[in-house]
Amino acid sequence: MHRRFLIPATAALTAAALTACTAGKESAPALGAQPKPSSSASASLPAVAIELWHGFSAPAEVKAFEDAVAGFRQKFPQITVKLVKGVQDDQITQAVRGGKAPDVASSFTTDNVAQWCKSGTFQDLTPVIRQDGIDLSVLPEASRSYTEFDGRRCVMPLLADAYGLYYNKALMKGAQPPKTLSELTELTKKLTVRDADGTIKVAGFIPSFEYYENTASHLAPMVGAKWYNPDGTSAIGSDPAWKRLLQWQKELVDWYGYDKLDKFRKSLGQEWSADHPFYKGKVAMVLDGEWRNAMIANEAEDLEYGTAPLPVADDKPDLYGSGFTAGTVIGVPKGAKNPQAAWELVKYLTTDTAALVTLSNALRNVPTTKASLESPDLKKDANFQTFIDIFSHPRTSTMPSSVNSTFNQEAIQEFMHQWEKGSVKDIDAGLAGVDKRVNDKLKLSGG
Amino acid sequence: MSVTHAAPPPRARREGRKALLWMSPWLIGFAVFFVYPLVATAYFSFHRYDLFTLEFTGLDNYRYFFHDDRAWISIRNTLWLVVFMVPAQVLFGLAVAQLLTRLKAGAGFFRTVFYLPSLVPLVAGTVSFVFLMNPSGPLNQIIEFFGIAAPDWFGDRDWAKPGLTLLAMWGIGNTMMIFLAALLDVPKHLYEAAAIDGAGGWRQFRSITLPMISPVLMFSTVTGVIYALQYFTQAMIASRVAAGVTDSPGSSFVPGYPEMSTLTLPQWLFHAGFRDFSMGYACVLALLLFAASMIFTLVLLRQFRAFTDDEGGNR
Repeated sequence: MHRRFLIPATAALTAAALTACTAGKESAPALGAQPKPSSSASASLPAVAIELWHGFSAPAEVKAFEDAVAGFRQKFPQITVKLVKGVQDDQITQAVRGGKAPDVASSFTTDNVAQWCKSGTFQDLTPVIRQDGIDLSVLPEASRSYTEFDGRRCVMPLLADAYGLYYNKALMKGAQPPKTLSELTELTKKLTVRDADGTIKVAGFIPSFEYYENTASHLAPMVGAKWYNPDGTSAIGSDPAWKRLLQWQKELVDWYGYDKLDKFRKSLGQEWSADHPFYKGKVAMVLDGEWRNAMIANEAEDLEYGTAPLPVADDKPDLYGSGFTAGTVIGVPKGAKNPQAAWELVKYLTTDTAALVTLSNALRNVPTTKASLESPDLKKDANFQTFIDIFSHPRTSTMPSSVNSTFNQEAIQEFMHQWEKGSVKDIDAGLAGVDKRVNDKLKLSGG
Repeated sequence: MSVTHAAPPPRARREGRKALLWMSPWLIGFAVFFVYPLVATAYFSFHRYDLFTLEFTGLDNYRYFFHDDRAWISIRNTLWLVVFMVPAQVLFGLAVAQLLTRLKAGAGFFRTVFYLPSLVPLVAGTVSFVFLMNPSGPLNQIIEFFGIAAPDWFGDRDWAKPGLTLLAMWGIGNTMMIFLAALLDVPKHLYEAAAIDGAGGWRQFRSITLPMISPVLMFSTVTGVIYALQYFTQAMIASRVAAGVTDSPGSSFVPGYPEMSTLTLPQWLFHAGFRDFSMGYACVLALLLFAASMIFTLVLLRQFRAFTDDEGGNR
């Protein structure tokens, strides 16, 4: 008799247990549900302690964050801010799932933004942005784009990275930085130094897709390549710009000889060490982010170098001056105990000019708002100014938000490695194969 | 016609309850840490599960598996490790143990020397191994000293898995110790009797040593296979170090460098679940891994049983 109840009860318990662990706890107040301060009386917020998780870990970076938050503490003395350093995206996701979310969390990458917005890992900031009358047009289009997904703005841009060309003045021998891919090819051939047997001693430019920052997302803006169609499916196979980029790259790889270039690449120092080949005069021109300026100042202060926008496709000269941008993002996770105080901190760090300038001056990343970019307090020399200009350029683009952002970038990069090695016989079929992989994954993820 | 079952006598029932009570810590542990995760994995495998939201999708995750190229590559790589790395580890461990039993002097020293690598943390050991075997590293310099063209171990897709196998052989300390204990446990008089009967070294090994240590051999092989099926840390660290991606916060790294040659099924499973947020699909891969472990274990147990029965018959 009791078995009649036992089986359904067990099934119900199992189902409850299974579904219980699919989401974090919902007991914390949602953003917008708590009292907000009037613009004139910041003291109207209750005294609380909030926690901010960020990914910075070097002492100088941690100090920069402390300095930036100091202004917030002055404005809201009743709010205690505890900073937790060295936090990665996985930890944020797991904390939210486990119901132990911090009040504010920041990430170095924009790759997870779409997934976080879609799943509600981070709360939608749109209502409070509207409520506080924040004008988002102070941010460039690209920064607005990488912080939202499907109409949900769940994070704000904190600092940005912009990518450009670094060149070693001594190795350039008076040549001007290239503006088109043809010029880059020509200059690379001119500046490359080889032994009699063809062994590369100094490379003009390393076109390998396996070389440090030469990733698909950083290179795509050079040819204006599109990632997605309006319906979210892959445009990689149908946009001729990708094919153009690959063909240009392969031509240069073949000029070096794949094996010789590969051997040379593998002999070079690590990207994040003082042995970086650009510092050591092994490469004349490299694609890199604005943060390399600070690294050169610390690790190779005697290096004579210049910076310029990346060269662009010959038939798209109007792209010159633009580039790739992405950056650090910050938001209020689901389950934050003090969402209103958390939002005030996010708002302060991402819109207050003094806070952004403090962070930028210390970390040497690009500040995101127009006011901070134009601030007289922002430290900038000609080399850093290049990246500010790239970031502000109207054609500068980013990796469009997608729930499969990481997967899609890996899919094309994997193909690019095969291509540069010469394992791909039919480029069109190969790119169509990338489309299929991206689209299959899109279907699996629910579009 | 109804059949009436006689109720067990009260004493037997009491004994049964007592047994259950004594077994309850294990039963609870088994239910919580094995049955529940297994049922949950099967349940999630029929859903689109991004770690937060759950949506029933039927067999979609299973269908996706059949045209997921990387899953098949990772399965091939994992099978390679099972077929080549496990025998290499077991045979090398056995050979070293056998050698150590023959040593007249310095056995303690050599035991320590061979055991030491297994005390090194996996990440540290792997990083040093990659540097040791890098194109201009000491190992390649020794090889080239003899006029042999040294391979680019972790940078060449044909040599990356053999490189990982060498790393596994370097860390055979635990396997070696178990074999050593088993070999020392074989009664000496069996060898003496065989020698009097004219049996040579190979014959003694085949007819005495192997059957006597077969339970240990089986244990090492089964645990070795399960370990190979779960191979993760060394492959991931070696590929990242070889690719030069040791410290790049926020950047996406395609696992399996070079050219997917070190991508194992557990790595791809982790990637699908925690990088791509496709936990439902990762559950399909987890079930596959579980099934593979079960099948390999059952087949090996049968093979060993057949082998020991056969050897028993011969004796």
